[in-house]
This record gives sequence, structure tokens and C-alpha cells, in this order.
Amino acid sequence: MHELAITVIGPDRTGIVADVAEALAGVGANLTDSTMTRLRGHFAMTLICTGPTAAEAEKALESLAGVTTAVRQVSPEASGGGDGEAWVVSVHGADRLGIVAAVTREVAGAGGNITDLSTRLVGSLYVLIAEADLPAGAGDELAQHLAVAASELGVEVTLRRAEPEIL
Amino acid sequence: MTFPELPEGRVLPVVTAPATVLSTVGDEVDPTDPAVLQLAADLVATMKVSAGCVGLAAPQVGVGVQVFCVNVVGHPKAATVHGTFALCNAKIIEASRWKAGREGCMSVPDLTGDVKRAGRIVVEAVLPGTGEAVTITTDAFEARALQHEIDHCAGNLFLDKVAGAHAIYQRKVYL
Ligand SMILES: [Zn+2]
Repeated sequence: MHELAITVIGPDRTGIVADVAEALAGVGANLTDSTMTRLRGHFAMTLICTGPTAAEAEKALESLAGVTTAVRQVSPEASGGGDGEAWVVSVHGADRLGIVAAVTREVAGAGGNITDLSTRLVGSLYVLIAEADLPAGAGDELAQHLAVAASELGVEVTLRRAEPEIL
Repeated sequence: MTFPELPEGRVLPVVTAPATVLSTVGDEVDPTDPAVLQLAADLVATMKVSAGCVGLAAPQVGVGVQVFCVNVVGHPKAATVHGTFALCNAKIIEASRWKAGREGCMSVPDLTGDVKRAGRIVVEAVLPGTGEAVTITTDAFEARALQHEIDHCAGNLFLDKVAGAHAIYQRKVYL
């Protein structure tokens, strides 16, 4: 079974998600994990699907006007992934160059794997929220390193455990 | 519980993030200081003229102290409601029934976020003017508003507590 990683990016418009999904369904693609968001008015979709070859998927997506697509064959995930402790990092402050690089480098330095990230620039306020899996017991030291990095950047940072809601 | 009447307040400009005062731990105040009573009145006046505003803390008008007001009267998510009131030096002494909910902030006008808050709290504080010590037990939306304002007084924004990377939402669309 082919497993494909596909990205579709372009100006947002009504129906774009349906168009992408329909085009892929037309060549028998089964969407497994996918994410779609709007970034400053741009539609951005990343997905993994199984079924067609890369060439078949590329051809199907050619019918979509005005978007940039990339299709690549990938190997299936080796493990179930995600061990370690789940944490959330919040950063906010005046926008300046290098905030994401500095913060994510500290997380990596602590052996943390970022599992989800979003940033927003609204007016002059820059906000970064990252979820990370950290090795057990690594949180306190990372919090100290982040505090140093944040004060150098002139931004505020908090690191806290993500508590899953199990109902 | 009845809260003492406040003097006539002035409407003050609200500061927005990134502003240092919003991320600075507020000082405790002397609640009997006439300037603190006036500040409480000004916060209420500013809250009242701001559409949809259910609470306002001193750092949001540029004053880094532990004073805030709330008013959730008529809010659909409110249960217990104490009316319009202002508190100084408030501390949460009990918190339970944690629940996620969406909230916004006049100092972060373009974003909202999902934040876990206690659905029932007990707060100890002193009243501006008289300095009378009060204990307030509340729940639901009033509890959320109090926690949000007490956070402001400690230099924290809802952004410091959002549930995850996809728990912030843009209010306006930038095209
Ligand atoms: Zn606020």
C-alpha cells in the first residue's frame, strides 16, 4: 500500500477543502491523518493518505486551480510514537526575529519533541503556543532555560504540564 | 453580601499586549487609600462603557497593583452572581470543578483561547474604601471572571494558560 504525504497551499476560498478531498477520493485515496488551517488568509492543508501512487495523486490534484501542491511517498510510521510527558509552552510579547528558533531550540536541547505548534502575529503582539513531549523530569530545567531565553528576547514564557481530560 | 458604593469613576484607556505592565506582578495595596478607592471606581466606569466587558484589572489601565472589578450580571453562563464589585489583594483559597472554556480579554483584543478554570472557588480579599475583609464563594462564569482578573493582578494573561497549540483563535480575519 502506498502511503503519501501531501501538502496543498493557496489563497483561501469556499469549497477548497471539498475540492481537495473529492480529487483525492476520485483516485481511491483514503485520508488518514490530516490538518487544515488558515494562515493570514492562505489555505494550508497537510495530510497523509493511502491508496494511489504519487503520480495518480499528483494528476488528480492538477485539476485544482490556483493552489500549490506537493506529493511525496513516505514510509509508514515505525512506532506508536509519543512517549514522555506532555507539556505546553506559551510565549507572548513584541514581535521580533528569532523567537520561534530560540524557544524551539531550548525545547530540543532538553530532549523534547514538539508535537504541535502554532504562532500568531496580531498587531504588534506575537504569540507562540507549542506542545512538546519531554523526557520524564526534564520540565524544571527546561523552564529555567526558557526563562533565560525569554528575558533575552524580551518576551514572556510559561511552561506547564498538559493534563489530558479523560471523561 | 452588599458591596459599598464607589465614588464617580473616570473612564481610562485600556492597555493592550505586549505591554510590560500586563506581565508584571501587581503590588498589594492599602485598600483604605483614597487613590485605591478612586482606581476601583475608575475600573468600574471603564468596564461599564466597554461592550462585552465582564471584568477589568488595574494592570489593564496601566497600574501594576492588585485591584480589579467584575460584573457578570445577565451573562448566560453565570450562575451565582454578586453584582458589580471591586476587590483588592484577592487570593484564591479554594478551587475545584475544573473545566475548559473560551475566554477573551480587552488587553488581547484579537485573540480568544480555551482555558481550564475552576468552576467553583473561594476568594479572600479586602474591599476598596473600607478595607473590610471579605470571603466570596462563587461558581460558573463569575468564578471564571474572578480567576481571569486575579491572574491579571499576578501579571498573567489567558495566553499563559491556554490548553494547547490549537486552543487560540483569531477574532478578526486578516486578508
Ligand atoms: Zn483580561
